[in-house]
Amino acid sequence: MTLTLSSACALHPQVALRPEPFGALAYHYGNRRLVFLKHPDVVRVVRELGDHPSIAHTLRACGIATERDASFLQALNQLTKSEILRVC
Amino acid sequence: MSASQLVTQLKRGLDAPICLTWELTYACNLQCVHCLSSSGQRDDRELTTEQAFAVLDELRDLQVFYINIGGGEPMIRRDFFDIIEYSIANDIGVKFSTNGAFIDEKNAQRLAAMDYLDIQISLDGVDAITNDPVRGVGSYDIARRAMDNLKAANFGPFKISVVVTRHNVDQLDEFKALADSYGAQLRITRLRPSGRGVDSWNDLHPTNEQQVQIYNWLLAHGENVLTGDSFFHLNAIGEALPGLNMCGAGRVVCLIDPIGDVYACPFVLHDQFKAGNVHDAGGFTSVWRDSELFTSLREPESAGACASCGNYDSCQGGCMAAKFFTGLPLDGPDPECVIGHGEALLAERQASPVSITPKPSKDHSKPARSALSVVS
Amino acid sequence: MSPVAVATAETASQETLETASEVLVLEELLVEEISIDGMCGVY
Repeated sequence: MTLTLSSACALHPQVALRPEPFGALAYHYGNRRLVFLKHPDVVRVVRELGDHPSIAHTLRACGIATERDASFLQALNQLTKSEILRVC
Repeated sequence: MSASQLVTQLKRGLDAPICLTWELTYACNLQCVHCLSSSGQRDDRELTTEQAFAVLDELRDLQVFYINIGGGEPMIRRDFFDIIEYSIANDIGVKFSTNGAFIDEKNAQRLAAMDYLDIQISLDGVDAITNDPVRGVGSYDIARRAMDNLKAANFGPFKISVVVTRHNVDQLDEFKALADSYGAQLRITRLRPSGRGVDSWNDLHPTNEQQVQIYNWLLAHGENVLTGDSFFHLNAIGEALPGLNMCGAGRVVCLIDPIGDVYACPFVLHDQFKAGNVHDAGGFTSVWRDSELFTSLREPESAGACASCGNYDSCQGGCMAAKFFTGLPLDGPDPECVIGHGEALLAERQASPVSITPKPSKDHSKPARSALSVVS
Repeated sequence: MSPVAVATAETASQETLETASEVLVLEELLVEEISIDGMCGVY
């Protein structure tokens, strides 16, 4: 399925985030996928997703400009495909 | 950040390695002619179980997700299972490389019961006639028995690890078929003139024609075959092979040797590429973050003699270790440069009366076989 | 270089920058997956 702004999702419990100068590394211990989160903003969003009712709420709470919604949706969809995120 | 910007970022180094290779012991039942660490006999200074646990504690705190254990033959250590179980319990996934001698039925079952564990069985020929001259008499049968035991124990998809030489390059399809028959994954690695390879590289490394053959084979099969990103020097032939196309030494990977010395990568075990020791003040973390060597490896490199070649962006000048141990300057072409720049330099260097190639700083090889036959 | 030429060059580069940053917002690549399985060598 494809996420929309009203979808809710959260970090997969088997995923660890490791801070790095450019953002963070996300590693899934189950499927051993390693994903680079290449901007501090996307790290903040990913960390907070579980605390908000929807992706849109999370993006606004993290102060992400609406022009970047498409980029973030694309990124979150890719993270869901890699199972870094799970749909709630 | 584009893909190439990611590579730029990676070249500047990370707060901790993405994965690292840890050679647990120099002891080995085999004496492969291309052994990267010139292994054979144990060293009295090898890390104790407690010291190994302390290193793992540090790697856990650094969030190193995954380590690559090798040797020597790591399963020779009596605390081998203690170490890998401790690692996995601390969320550090393990892949270990073995010749398979100690994977009997019982150990195969024990290994199959563990999570976050990968096994890589080394094999350098699809038959004993090809494999055994490189890895030792009987080593082909040993490896196949280990694979059979892992399959019988339902371990799952282990890896078959092949060093590509001029003698097995025609067997790539057969290696793939062998891996498929076990439900295993094939991994092929570039031969380096490192360790005992210093003496065997000339006879073993693929010809330039064979390099094109490897490149074409990887283009056709690359998605399903692991390479450790080790063939990026071939990218000068044409379109890029899958992978990051960069040297990770001291930037995203490194190596810890059996006595705790930290090197830039598994292929450059020489004092010039030693960054420190896990026993140093500040431990591995300081070596990774602050050592002079690793700091310098993270600075922008110079294309040097390759600057005038239009292919530098594709091949990145090749492999530091391959250049170093063939006596070539680090800021010039790889000895196996597909354009032929390396070959020319090598010929020049070999013709020089004062040419000296660096030797590995440590040698744990067993006494020569001729001495053994005298005893028997 | 004449002052006029400098001004033109600046305008041009500013325009390039603006276009580039718009593209960046539209196609910002925030995540990228790499294979950890294949990394790190030992024989």
